[in-house]
Formats: sequence, C-alpha cells, structure tokens
Amino acid sequence: MNKKIKPYNIVIVGTGGQGLITLLQVLAEAAMAEGHDFKTSELHGLSQRGGSVEVHVRLGAKVHSPIVPLAKADLIFALEAQEALRAIKFSHPKSIFLINKQIIPIPLQKALTGEEIMNHVKKTSKAAKLVPAFEICKEKLGKGVTSGIYLISLAVSRGFLPLSPEAVLGAMKKVMPEKYLALNIKTFDLAKTYEEK
Amino acid sequence: MEEILSNQSGKKVILLGNDAVARGALEAGVQFVATYPGTPASEIGNTFYRIAQKAKVHFEFSTNEKLAMEAGVGASFAGLKTLVAMKNFGLNVAIEALLPFVYTGVKGPTVVMVSDDPSCYSSAQTEENTRAFSYLARIPTLEPADVAECKEFTKLAFEISEKFKVPVLLRLTTRVSHQKMPIVLGQVTTNTSLVKGKFVKDARQFVTMPPRVLEMKEELLQKNKEIRKFFEKSKINKFEKAAPSGAGIIVSGVAYLYVREALAQLNLALPVLKIGSFYPFPKQTAQKFIKTLKKVLVVEELDPYLAKEVKEAAQETKCKARIFSKEWLPETGELNTDIVALAVAKLAGRRYQLPSIKHQIPDLKRRPQLCPGCPYWLVFAGVKKAVNEKEVVFGGDIGCYMLAGGAPHFLQDYLSCMGSSIGIAHGIKKATGQKLISFIGDGTFFHAGIPALINTVYNGSNPLIIILDNRTTAMTGHQPNPSVPGSNISSSVAIEDVARGCGVKHLKVIDPVMQDEFIKTIREFITKPEVSVIIARRPCIFVKPKDEQKN
Ligand SMILES: Cc1ncc(C[n+]2csc(CCOP(=O)(O)OP(=O)(O)O)c2C)c(N)n1
Repeated sequence: MNKKIKPYNIVIVGTGGQGLITLLQVLAEAAMAEGHDFKTSELHGLSQRGGSVEVHVRLGAKVHSPIVPLAKADLIFALEAQEALRAIKFSHPKSIFLINKQIIPIPLQKALTGEEIMNHVKKTSKAAKLVPAFEICKEKLGKGVTSGIYLISLAVSRGFLPLSPEAVLGAMKKVMPEKYLALNIKTFDLAKTYEEK
Repeated sequence: MEEILSNQSGKKVILLGNDAVARGALEAGVQFVATYPGTPASEIGNTFYRIAQKAKVHFEFSTNEKLAMEAGVGASFAGLKTLVAMKNFGLNVAIEALLPFVYTGVKGPTVVMVSDDPSCYSSAQTEENTRAFSYLARIPTLEPADVAECKEFTKLAFEISEKFKVPVLLRLTTRVSHQKMPIVLGQVTTNTSLVKGKFVKDARQFVTMPPRVLEMKEELLQKNKEIRKFFEKSKINKFEKAAPSGAGIIVSGVAYLYVREALAQLNLALPVLKIGSFYPFPKQTAQKFIKTLKKVLVVEELDPYLAKEVKEAAQETKCKARIFSKEWLPETGELNTDIVALAVAKLAGRRYQLPSIKHQIPDLKRRPQLCPGCPYWLVFAGVKKAVNEKEVVFGGDIGCYMLAGGAPHFLQDYLSCMGSSIGIAHGIKKATGQKLISFIGDGTFFHAGIPALINTVYNGSNPLIIILDNRTTAMTGHQPNPSVPGSNISSSVAIEDVARGCGVKHLKVIDPVMQDEFIKTIREFITKPEVSVIIARRPCIFVKPKDEQKN
C-alpha cells in the first residue's frame, strides 16, 4: 500500500484561444526538469472554438489520476475573470487563486464585474486575487496575450508553485516557438515586479 | 529532431496518450498507418502526417474510417505491420470491414486503435462504448490506463497480433488519449526506406465465403481460447495484494487511476485486480481474485460489461461474493476520483462525503462559436435572408457548421451521424414534401455524403443541399481532405465533378461573399422538382493560401 503522498494540484481555466495547452506543456516540462512525477489532462475539440477550456496539472512524488478532485486545487489560474466561477468547485480555503482581470464577453449574457466575481470566489477561497495581468502586459509590452505567463511567473516568484524560475524559463524555451519566446520572457520578468495595489 | 522519433532509448520525455500509441507503434516497427480524424483520436493522424516521411512509414488520411480499415486490411494482407486509428463513431463506419478481418486474420500484425469519449466532450451523437464491438467482432481488446501503458500496450498488441494472427483492438478514452506524463523511450529501428510488402495469393486465408467462412469462425474461436490462456498469465492483468478484509476491487482503463487515488484518499488498503485485457476476459484470474472475497466492487466507465464478466466468473465457481457495479456508479458520464471514492467508501463501510459548494454560482453560457471571419457566418446569414426560416426544415451534419444550431443562427432542426443530413433529408422530403435545406461540409460530403446524394437522384427527392466547402476538415484540427491536395498529396477531387457525376442537374459553385448571387440561387433552387446543390466555397481562415493555390 502506498503512503498518502499528496500531489500538488493546479487547475487552469480560460477560453479557447488563450493558450492553456501551451501553459500546461510549460508546467509539465518544468516539472520534469525538477524530477517530479506528474500527470496532466486537457480537452480538445469543440472547446477550441472560443468555448470554455479547463486543464489540470498535478505533480508530486507519485501522481495517479490526471484530474484534480473537487476542493483539492492548491493553485488555480483563471485567465479570464468570469471563467474563475467554473473553478470554484476545485478551490478550498487555502487555495491560491489568481484571476486575470480580463473579461471576454459571452454573447447574449451580461458580463459580470470583477467585484461580483470576487464575491463568489472569496466564499470558498479567501486568498483569491484579481490581478490586472492583461492590462499590465498590454500597457508595458503592447499586447495582452501573454497574461497566462504573467500569472505563472507571479506564482513562481511568490513561491506558490513548487517549481524554480529557472525550470519554468527553461521549459518556456523548450515549448514555445521562437517568434513568441522573447515576448513571453519579457512577460515573465515583468511579473516579478508586480505590486498589489 | 522530433522527440517522438528520437532513438535515444532510455530517454524520458513527455507524451500525450495518443502520441504514446504512435511511439509504441514506431517502437514495434510499424510500416503502414491509416486513419480518419476524430477527437479524441486525431493526434495519431496529425503526428504521423508530420513524421511519416522521415520515419519511412506509409501514411494516409483515408476518406472515411471504413476505407482506413480496408487500407489497413490490404496492407496487412501484403505483410506490413499496420496501425489503423479512429474515434469511437469511426468504428461504427468501419465495423463492416473489421468483422471479416478478424475471421481471415492478419498477415502483417495489425492494431486497431479506437478512442471513446465518456461525457461526450467532443462527440455529438451518442455516448458510445466501443467495448461492445469486442464481443461482436470477437477481437482481442486491451485497455491502457495511462500514457506509459499506451506505449507498452501498443507494443504488446502488435506482439499478440503477430503470435495469434488476429488484429488486436486498443481501446482508449478521452482521459487516456489526452493525458500527459513522463515516459521512458524504448528502441526504435527506423526504416531506411518505405517497406514494400508482397501479396501472396492464399484464397484459404483471404476469401471469406461459405462453407470456408464457418471454418474461419471455428478457427477464430480456437484462437480466442488460446489468447484467453495467454491473458490468464499476462502481466497486464495485475493483482495488487492487500491484507484480507473480505472486500476487493476489479477495474479497467483510466478508472484504475481513480481507484488508486480514492484508496489513498480514504487511507484504505484493499486488493485490486486491474484488468488490462478486456476481451477475451481472463476468467480464471478473476475467479482466483474473488475466491476469498465477500464483496467485490467492479469499477468501469459506461456500461457494466466487465461486471457481467465478473458475475459470470463468480457463478461458475459458485463463489458467493456480492458483486457491486452500477448500483453505486453512474452508467452515464465519465468517472473521476470523487465518484469512485464514494463507491469505494460504501464497499469498505466507511462514511464519506464529497465536498460541495453551498452557495449559488451563476451559470456561464459560454458556448463555442464560429471563429471571427469564418466563411460560415456568410453562409448562414445568406440563408436567413433567402428564405422564411419557419417554412423550411434545416438539416445539420457533423463539422464546425453544427454551430448553426446555436445563437445567433438557429438553423438546425436535426443532427445525427456523418453524412446523414442528406440521407435524412431524403426521407423527410419523401414523407412530407416540406421545403428543406441541408448543410454538409466538404469533409463530411466525401466521408459519407456521396451515396446519400446518389440516393436523392435515384429515388427522386428534391432537397437543397448546401455543401460548405472550406477546403479542410476544420473541426478536428484542419486535416486535409480530398477537396484539396495535402502536403505529399498531389491530387484532389472537385466536389462539382462528383455532384455532376451523381446526376445533379441544378448545381452552382458560389463564394458566399457574393451574397446577392448566393441568396438568389437559394430562392431559385429551393423550388426545383429535383435535388439541387450549392457548393459554398471559401477557405477556412486557418487554411494557408499556399495549400489553396496548389489546386
Ligand atoms: C464517423 C465519424 N468520424 C469522425 C468524426 C469526427 N468529426 C467531427 S466533425 C468532422 C468533419 C468535419 O469536416 P467537414 O465536414 O469538412 O466540416 P468542417 O469542420 O470543416 O466545417 C469529423 C471528422 C465523427 N464525428 N464521426
């Protein structure tokens, strides 16, 4: 019988086109570089056409299932603020919950405000944070597309992720196409200077 | 160098489940691969499309799954080591070709990989369980649970196929196909050039006809007896021991991972029998496992086929163990650790409650949408302008254009399987005479639409068929189809030639950007007494102009 070795559980939610599968691959490569066991799960197909997307990454000494159980996420990234609502079921009072302040409207549905979203999220996850990653990237780098890497870098630099900055950077270099790499590395560095208002 | 082709045996790499099947096939020395795209199996094709030239493997995206299977049968008859891959529904299309192949048996070892999609994440029509086909076809069936097993089981499947001269089915599910983990590469011996097979005449093996066909069935039954014995001794049926408590678990596929995690979560030690070979079922292995038990939980996704096998095995030996399966587990939707933990807790007589969110969370209705700039926007807008929607029945089919069913289009009154928009249109027309427009993509038209079109001509019905020719199979990840030449493929088939050849008299190719002409033609064609076809041709925004020009 194996001992109770808990994996470290990461859930990323967002919408199709936000590059969630690339982020998954970066985390997986970094986990391998640091010698962790890990499993990941992703959904393909219809979800790509602008629908909601959810990917899971679990790392530790021994990981069985690729799917994070309910209320067992240690770290949640929501790349779009409204999508954070879908991840609440994975959160618990101690989860780190980083939410990109970007809103991508849903056709025929009134967009929720950041405040409304945080009211829901904070009922289970007191430490949830709304981070203006999209705005910062847009303002400082001209584009908001790398906000996912911004959130990951933030988690790494604050020690929320059991992965070293070097491992994550190395993984980015391995996974990302040449032409997007420079912007992503700049984003990674930029996030280290983030200060909460 | 692509990692999947690396010959650094012993190297650790991250692979997707489907790519691990591809790698397993390469390590086994695969020579011929045929597939038809479909999530969650598409990456097999995408990967071989990319690497086939380098790996010196014959590869094709066949026009449908039956043709992929038949190409595979031919290659196997010619002695090549063959892999055929498809999604669940693909096997429905290919089953006609698979059944006799299991009778004739293989010449070149052959593996058929099929991926099911519990919870229908990428499957419109039904929640299918391919394991039912294992019985119908009497085909040996392996079920890997994780990525490492995807590679190992693929290699084993080739070995079994070689040893017993039958094709072997490798059954995955979404959470196996789209799982990643680090795995260790084995040896690949890349071919230096494309391997040429040879078809050696042998009517006794390759011609299925009575009375020989009944002998073939007897031979197959005999082979399966031997294969069952092989599985009784095989390591892929794993007996994981624990201190006796009277209870135990039998499990197959990805559910094994949930069982292991649930046991860890509940801090329980129970014996587990992991079944890797679903068919033929290793009955004696199961009988040995349950012999001393009072309660057995069978954990499997969808239908309780494994449970039936276990119950039969128990009955035969008069084993009194109580066997639980779908009393405690759902038959619809995928499993996960939480669902399995509840059942395992019941088995162990433990109290267990799932965490639940007490407060109401708003439901986000973020549905998939046509991409901005997708030519289908123009097609649906034109149709809406051309006709009174209330007076027309709209037939849907399988592809990106099934998004016609949602806002803001609402142009889909029925949806079934590939090609059926035309087949069903014919039936509705015959039965009612109501006005009808059916939508079908270029890929789907080639896949199963052509015989249906011929049927409208031959049996005389008059739907208006709009073929959405976006020059690709977009939905499943932009694989090439016969409407456009692919890389390494120089020929293509013009849909207008096909339609004309089928006897369609009212036919026009229109770029939907030309809205006036498009609308005018719809109005004209919908009143015709014979079937009419509009080919709405404009490439998907993801099709590179370079591919387009080649045509
Ligand atoms: C029998 C079967 N095989 C494969 C699939 C997977 N599949 C979903 S949509 C699609 C084809 C779409 O191609 P096309 O008709 O060209 O439409 P597009 O997505 O380009 O609009 C396929 C193959 C399926 N649903 N059923």
